[in-house]
Amino acid sequence: MEASHGKRIRPEPSSSAPSEPVKRPAPLTRLRTAVSEPPPGPARPEFWRSPLRGLWLTSVLGLVLLVGVTLLFVTGLLSYAAYNPDLSPVNDQTPDKGWLGFYLFSWPTSPYWLYRVNQGVHVVLGVVLVPVLLAKLWSVIPKMFQWPPVRSVSHGIERLSLLLLVGGAIFEFATGILNVQLHYIFPGSFYVLHFYGAWVFIGAFVVHVAFRLPRALRALRYGRELPEAGTEEAAGLASPRPVPPTISRRGALGMIGLGSLALFVVTAGQSVGGWWRQTALLAPHGRDPGAGPNGFQINKTAASVGIRPSDIGPAWRLTVCSGGGQVVLTRDELLAMEQREAALPIACVEGWSTPDQLWSGVRLTDLAALVGRGTDTPRALVESVQRGGSFRSVVLRDNQVRDHRSLLAVRVNGAVLSQDHGYPARVIVPGAPGVHNTKWVTRITFGEPA
Amino acid sequence: MSAMTAFRRRYGASPLHLLLVLASFALAAYAGVRLLKGDTLGVALWFVGAALLHDLVLLPLYVVTDRAAQRLFREKAGVGEGAPRPSVNYVRVPVFVSGLLLLVWWPLILGRVDHYTAYTGLPADGFLGRWLLITAALFVASAATLLVRGWHESAPRRRAARRERRAREAAR
Repeated sequence: MEASHGKRIRPEPSSSAPSEPVKRPAPLTRLRTAVSEPPPGPARPEFWRSPLRGLWLTSVLGLVLLVGVTLLFVTGLLSYAAYNPDLSPVNDQTPDKGWLGFYLFSWPTSPYWLYRVNQGVHVVLGVVLVPVLLAKLWSVIPKMFQWPPVRSVSHGIERLSLLLLVGGAIFEFATGILNVQLHYIFPGSFYVLHFYGAWVFIGAFVVHVAFRLPRALRALRYGRELPEAGTEEAAGLASPRPVPPTISRRGALGMIGLGSLALFVVTAGQSVGGWWRQTALLAPHGRDPGAGPNGFQINKTAASVGIRPSDIGPAWRLTVCSGGGQVVLTRDELLAMEQREAALPIACVEGWSTPDQLWSGVRLTDLAALVGRGTDTPRALVESVQRGGSFRSVVLRDNQVRDHRSLLAVRVNGAVLSQDHGYPARVIVPGAPGVHNTKWVTRITFGEPA
Repeated sequence: MSAMTAFRRRYGASPLHLLLVLASFALAAYAGVRLLKGDTLGVALWFVGAALLHDLVLLPLYVVTDRAAQRLFREKAGVGEGAPRPSVNYVRVPVFVSGLLLLVWWPLILGRVDHYTAYTGLPADGFLGRWLLITAALFVASAATLLVRGWHESAPRRRAARRERRAREAAR
């Protein structure tokens, strides 16, 4: 600074009037010059020394995330639709959704494993993409500190969009990963946060893909001949002063892939079940709760939702009603009805599931027939003796009630239902989210409530 | 100068850029109002805090750790003699994988989920032990790789030494 100042006051030989003071740049211009010089630290490109950063690595990771996040978004939307939130306020965790539920459709009962596969893919993929997301963010970190922070109007609003992209991505991954571990430290209902958060994120994601995909595809075509650091095409990613590499770019990708593989190995078994469950060493549902016919995964035990022995003892009754009338059944009367079988899994929104269990009980349509709704059976409101908590009741759509595999089950795998699996009776519906298979059922209302 | 070029100069990108970003902001606002409806401050903190925590805490932390590890393994200038130092990756890779498992599954590993057993009927202990054993296995696997590679790399040297010894014995 001092040297340049000295230069400026040196009179120029060609100067016509030696007495005239040399023009100093206007204050605003000087300010601009000072600001255009990045302060020492991460705002300077040479602060970042890794030889790995560059268009190629960022592009590869970006393309993996493009495919992965798209799949996460689609399976997430499907999972939301599986709750039939448009059917009844009882099913709706997000009553303010407005047009965000524009795509909702009647969730099918076939294939019966649809929800199981959808959620397994959603959760396992989300977990496995964590190292890819982290690596992607690492590869572009110099841009977070780039100088000047805002170059133009377009650059400013693009950075705002990037805040939604990065904040949204980490927010979605964090709420999802915490929820599957039942660690409810996030500020609100998981359904509200994860669903609306996804919509906030996806706009920024589409914009980012639209602006960057062409460059990413070009970068992969460049192969080894990457644009030089500092050029616009290099996008400020490559270091102008790289240190000697300690790992190759391919090696780094291998390490990220190994991280994904490790996460897959300790997680995926809980979505497969059977022998594979024990391989899910760190996943929340990687063990079995016991042996025998009832020794399969439990979402919420009877004790945890306040089921008292008197609620499900000899005094328990099942009330079946319709607009017209109602029928009250004891457990013995329920057992005296025709018992049907269905092999169906339990699949949770948290991604874990069980293989098919052999349920037996009374068809929902047979119960509807007791109150005169045996043909063209309408939707049904199913209520549990459970007093509090979410999902103590559910409204099943007519296609779910009419499916011949939909049962009010009283037995599973040849044994009486355990308390934790919903004794005396629970609903089991093909393809429905686990929490819609209501446990400890005490009342079923067919059609609109009177 | 066409109107398009003038816009581009003033705005910094094409009009399509502006339209696309504004559309995404409108969608974000529509969903964001709903997202923020409950605990507004809490959700805003989580959303923005997530990005800041990552960029300003987590990333610097692991970058500094990695640089420190690199220093341990760096070859000293001028000391050309002796076997080359092993790559930092023998430590970096197992630490990365183990750290990743902890980052994703920390609530269970560190026993932070109080109601886990009450809800699921599954034992809550064991996650920490399993993570530690996985970590041990990762380091053992890395050490085995180091040994096997070292053995292979020194094979020519050992063969040469053997030949030399035999030659000496034959000459005697």
